[in-house]
Amino acid sequence: MPRNPEIKKVLVIGSGPIIIGQAAEFDYAGTQACRSLKEEGIQVVLLNSNPATIMTDKDIADQVYIEPLTAQIVEQLILKERPDSLLPTLGGQAGLNLAMELAESGFLEKNHVRLIGTTASTIKRAEDRLAFKEAMEKIGEPVAPSRVVENIADGIAFTNAIGYPVVLRPAYTLGGSGGGIARNQEELEEILGNGLRLSRVGQVLVERCIAGWKEIEYEVMRDSAGNVITVCNMENVDPVGIHTGDSIVVAPSQTLGDKEYQMLRTSALNIICELGITGGCNVQYALHPNSFEYCVIEVNPRVSRSSALASKATGYPIAKVAAKIALGYTLDEIKNGVTQKTYASFEPVLDYCVVKMPRLPFDKFIHAKRVLGTQMKATGEVMSICTNFEGALMKAIRSLEQHVDSLMSYDFTGFTDDELEIMLDKLDDRRIWVIAEALRRGMTYDRIHEITQIDIWFIHKLEVLVRMEERLRRAGEKALLGETAEKALTQEVLEKAKGMEFPDSVIARLTHIPQEKIKALRARYGIQAAFKMVDTCAAEFIAQTPYYYSVYGGENEAKGSGHRKKVLVLGSGPIRIGQGIEFDFCSVHSTWAFCREGFETIIVNNNPETVSTDFDIADRLYFEPLTPEDVENIVDVEKPDGAVVQFGGQTAIKLTKALIKMGVPILGTAAEDVDAAEDRERFDQILEQCHIPRPAGTTVYTAQEAKEAAAKLGYPVLVRPSYVLGGQGMQIAINDQDIDQFIGIINQIAQEHPILVDKYIMGKELEIDAICDGEDILIPGIMEHIERTGVHSGDSISVYPANNITESNVETMVDYTRKLAKALHVKGMINIQFIVEGENVYIIEVNPRASRTVPYISKVTGIPIVPLATQIICGKRISELGYTPGLQPKGEYWAIKMPVFSFEKIRGADINLGPEMKSTGECLGIGKTFHEALRKAFQGAGIKLPKYKNMIITVRDQDKEELIPIARRFAALGYKIFATRGTAKALNGAGVKAIPVRKLEQESPNLLDLVLGHEIDLIIDIPRQGAEHSHDGFIIRRNAIETGVNVLTSLDTAKALATSMENKAKSLTLVDIATVKVRNQDRASLS
Amino acid sequence: MKAYLILEDGTVFTGSSIGSEREVISEIVFNTSMTGYLEVLTDPSYAGQAVVMTYPLIGNYGICQEDMESPAPWPEGYIVRELSQIPSNFRSQDTIQHFLKQYDIPGICGIDTRALTKRLRESGTMNGMITTKQYEDVSKVISRIQAYQVKGVVNRTSTKEKYVIPGSGKRVALLDLGAKRNIARSLQERGCQVTVYPAATKAEEIMSAEPDGIMLSNGPGDPAENVEIIREIRKLYQSEIPIFAICLGHQLMALATGASTYKLKYGHRGGNHPVKDLETGKVYISSQNHGYAVDGRSLDPDVAAPAFVNVNDGTNEGLSYIGKRIFTVQFHPEACPGPRDSGYLFDRFMKMMEVNH
Repeated sequence: MPRNPEIKKVLVIGSGPIIIGQAAEFDYAGTQACRSLKEEGIQVVLLNSNPATIMTDKDIADQVYIEPLTAQIVEQLILKERPDSLLPTLGGQAGLNLAMELAESGFLEKNHVRLIGTTASTIKRAEDRLAFKEAMEKIGEPVAPSRVVENIADGIAFTNAIGYPVVLRPAYTLGGSGGGIARNQEELEEILGNGLRLSRVGQVLVERCIAGWKEIEYEVMRDSAGNVITVCNMENVDPVGIHTGDSIVVAPSQTLGDKEYQMLRTSALNIICELGITGGCNVQYALHPNSFEYCVIEVNPRVSRSSALASKATGYPIAKVAAKIALGYTLDEIKNGVTQKTYASFEPVLDYCVVKMPRLPFDKFIHAKRVLGTQMKATGEVMSICTNFEGALMKAIRSLEQHVDSLMSYDFTGFTDDELEIMLDKLDDRRIWVIAEALRRGMTYDRIHEITQIDIWFIHKLEVLVRMEERLRRAGEKALLGETAEKALTQEVLEKAKGMEFPDSVIARLTHIPQEKIKALRARYGIQAAFKMVDTCAAEFIAQTPYYYSVYGGENEAKGSGHRKKVLVLGSGPIRIGQGIEFDFCSVHSTWAFCREGFETIIVNNNPETVSTDFDIADRLYFEPLTPEDVENIVDVEKPDGAVVQFGGQTAIKLTKALIKMGVPILGTAAEDVDAAEDRERFDQILEQCHIPRPAGTTVYTAQEAKEAAAKLGYPVLVRPSYVLGGQGMQIAINDQDIDQFIGIINQIAQEHPILVDKYIMGKELEIDAICDGEDILIPGIMEHIERTGVHSGDSISVYPANNITESNVETMVDYTRKLAKALHVKGMINIQFIVEGENVYIIEVNPRASRTVPYISKVTGIPIVPLATQIICGKRISELGYTPGLQPKGEYWAIKMPVFSFEKIRGADINLGPEMKSTGECLGIGKTFHEALRKAFQGAGIKLPKYKNMIITVRDQDKEELIPIARRFAALGYKIFATRGTAKALNGAGVKAIPVRKLEQESPNLLDLVLGHEIDLIIDIPRQGAEHSHDGFIIRRNAIETGVNVLTSLDTAKALATSMENKAKSLTLVDIATVKVRNQDRASLS
Repeated sequence: MKAYLILEDGTVFTGSSIGSEREVISEIVFNTSMTGYLEVLTDPSYAGQAVVMTYPLIGNYGICQEDMESPAPWPEGYIVRELSQIPSNFRSQDTIQHFLKQYDIPGICGIDTRALTKRLRESGTMNGMITTKQYEDVSKVISRIQAYQVKGVVNRTSTKEKYVIPGSGKRVALLDLGAKRNIARSLQERGCQVTVYPAATKAEEIMSAEPDGIMLSNGPGDPAENVEIIREIRKLYQSEIPIFAICLGHQLMALATGASTYKLKYGHRGGNHPVKDLETGKVYISSQNHGYAVDGRSLDPDVAAPAFVNVNDGTNEGLSYIGKRIFTVQFHPEACPGPRDSGYLFDRFMKMMEVNH
């Protein structure tokens, strides 16, 4: 069936800020779909509040709106742009919910907008618990006994009928938000109550617990003619009970026979047909481990995290095909872009094994509960490919960049057997390491399986790795006894170890043979990595698209080709707090720019959720861990002319030294200058030479030295490890006890680098991203943070253009930027953070690379920063590119970047803001005025106030004076203010009416009762800095977050919120980013 | 123990021996199914061939005897990247290692099966030798390898005696040309009484039993080699009995009615090939195992019309016979291994047997 000619202009809704459960996968899917639509000559209108995405680029869509994802905005946008169709299935749950809201209200029909891809009634049948259950019953597909309840009493009655434990799943939430397993009535009441509040429709599904069954997923596609195929199936190593987003997942399934495989495949196809989905769909199953009994867990009638994984695991572009299907094409008409021979109706087959591992944020939230359950906690994931499971797992482990490189990376030797069994029972992110320890002690497969419910096949694979460790250790004993390396470590053992992807560094550690020697041995034995192609068809057809993974033992298929210069672009690995989707934006744009400059481009990355790992972004894609050894294997084959590290965040920067050692030139800023910016002492020298002040500080190695330094500087001081991202481990210490605690935490991870202790200066924080060509600099704009120093820049609200600073502040910052860029010989990107205290300007941080603000500042200024920086790296001058060097004139819009957090997903994490970054994503508010931009930013972040007009305030003594005018503004907005005794007294004394409430430990009704009463809009709670957090404050903040109350821990944020609420303007003006004028360039073209 | 795979073009792959250690020469073909290794091993169509599994991890769920598609494995040899050291499945009764030994099937593991597959894809299906003997001079055995031909495999794999699978519904005569069990099982599930005949059975014997329908099964080898069977099938064609044929049966019916067959470069073996039903335009994912195909250009339009086509390469995947209650398919609606999407064809056959002429 050819495409529907009536579809000419399509609105695509993205998924908004990155939060846990909704990450970069939707940027990948959305970008691919938009390109697929544009390929067909369709005009694409894009809406997404997330400025860090690639999809919100004018290259990707014709009209781009970075606006809050609310029904009101979508309606306004539809009236403005008049699209004839809306594609709702690419923006994750957020996009789908919005589309459904408009379909249900009749707005779409009234305005002649059709939903393409999948109809509203289909979405409803898949998403609505009851409708779904009926559909499954109709076609005889089993679901676990369940009932949708709307109140706690019904939940208890039903559970009593089917028996504990039960699983609770709130309707219309993402990432399993608010869900959980209840084993008794108390747990049921708690989780159910919470879930009912979080569900958009106030419904929660109570379901028979099938925890412990195998969790299997199928990705299926269907076209409008009813043709169906399976793209991929996946098996969770973790049984049902751990959210699939937090599970280790393998593709294809490993422990299913053809009977089980086909049974579930047939079921998935029956389901997609019955629901009438046109496009992609994900079906999750629980399969009884000892019978053919199965249950359908859920169906996602849209692209999802799993579909992104399936696309990358197979090479089959699900989002692209889904977009074509939405236009009316059938599967047998859509060419497979990989083979160019087969069609989209060909089911991919794999001749390798894929392992996905979640990237969990417990390195950021050290006090959070690590136990995994039905609530997703991972911020991102890594994928790896190998011809065996062991190798794929080993590669995935080291791709995580969490100081893990083998099954020995967590030490559980100090625990008793009983303790280990308890740990096996409560699986957390270290479960495979716990199992490895249990195996080392000889615990049987059956026993481990009995406790964990993990299939014996996987347990055995861990045992294979543990046995290899033992063999290498024995080789090490021989080496220690004086045997030569060759004799101690035989070819056979080394070959096997490399076949399982043991890195040389781990082999060296186990065998006591130097790593260089291991490498030499490998060369002698001929044990070299070869690269195999992901071709969707297990080599049955010749594939055109080079997408590779490494393997030991076999023929190399990756052949360096052509006469063009080759550049290696290093990606940024898994999405984590502090290093998000922004860096994928930078990597991809840099790749495209290099391509335009005539380079052959090679991307290395391991994140399946991203655009950069789509097979048609670079000339060649290597899906590999980003470690020196893995990258060197690629370098050996490709022999690139250079590598670019400044766009892949800290992950790529960390590889600089290794690349130099391999003889790969670093394009752009030289390696020694990158190092100079990161090395405290060298950097201090440069600052001194340039006469640039910075907060006084020093480097230390021990707690004692730190305390001495702090005494000299005077408290408060900032303590942080060097060479980190997102302020990891950074804390403000106010006394010696704090220092002891912080240094203890920092030193839990082996430190090669010193610890920095700086004087903490309270002032305004500002930030600049600049491009330097060695001589001139180009500053697109200056950003100002709303929160004062001490709050991590990534967690601050950032305003462009900066407006609370003097002309001379601006001049100083531009001057410092110029001096620093020149002193560091920057070629390409530099990011500088400043503190302004009156007329004093200090530098607090310099990053010789693209930063997280680059995508946003590019979009609001219309200056394509990454392509320009790439052209500079290739040797061009700023003046040649049509720009006048220096600070560019302010743009026509205000743009405010608002951080977005996922605190409700991480039980036990404290939410107060500080020097360590905690936000997972961001959204943008853009407007003609500051107020409009601010209002949009808060809306985009999901803060929709006022609601009940009740708020709670509790602040420290030193904040009370500053609080009073802010509280007065909230009171003027009609807010009823509750406050803890001291705060209330101060407010009432100043004439702001506040009702005192009892503290937590006091009798009811106290603060907590108020929070749990669900009529509180907002809490302003300023916790004391330092380690000694008040336990009360913590409990209040956690409870507030988990019941959906907004909590602000900075007075600056509170002030901004009041400002945004004071803005009474009824409607907002939508801004098409694609039309933002580049003033300078206009001028250049005029002259 | 080391084992070697020597291809007729002189390529040698070195791996480890699995199963029997005896030396064997056969045709080498690859199968891309990710599950169903036991069904592949016990599919009689592999007689005379050694099969390479492109999926690298084989044996993960052990051996479940009820999944066997015939009483014994048929490939001459078995080639895999890695055999699982432990099986894990609630139905598993045995390991694949033991199974290969028990049935004396020689094999090789630990080789780069992808490199081998690419070679077969590029050069076309080749002969090869699996051996544990290290030949100093490979060229000495090349001529022996090249000389190998798959011959006489239908009679070898077919049942020796006629037998009846009871049922109370339609009476179906199944001509066993090397049949997979699930063909009879699929009929049985639809209530049929199935009489299974040896491949060499005369048409008259089958017709005299007055079955409601005739089923021609899959089977191994070059279809054109089966001159006598083709002659008998010609007689079946001329009868008025409804006929449904699969794979080799489909090819033999085409040959019996004047069309010709040819050898594909490297065949279709796997569970992911899309075939299009030309009547409805719908596409089904099919299970496939064939090295030969019916030449679409050789069809007499008055005799047979294409009913299915392979979406990837446009080769013929099925025929419907003009003025006859006969339809035949190249792929495997009985699945096992592979997708069950085209199981509806058995229902179509049932319906065909209902119609009174």
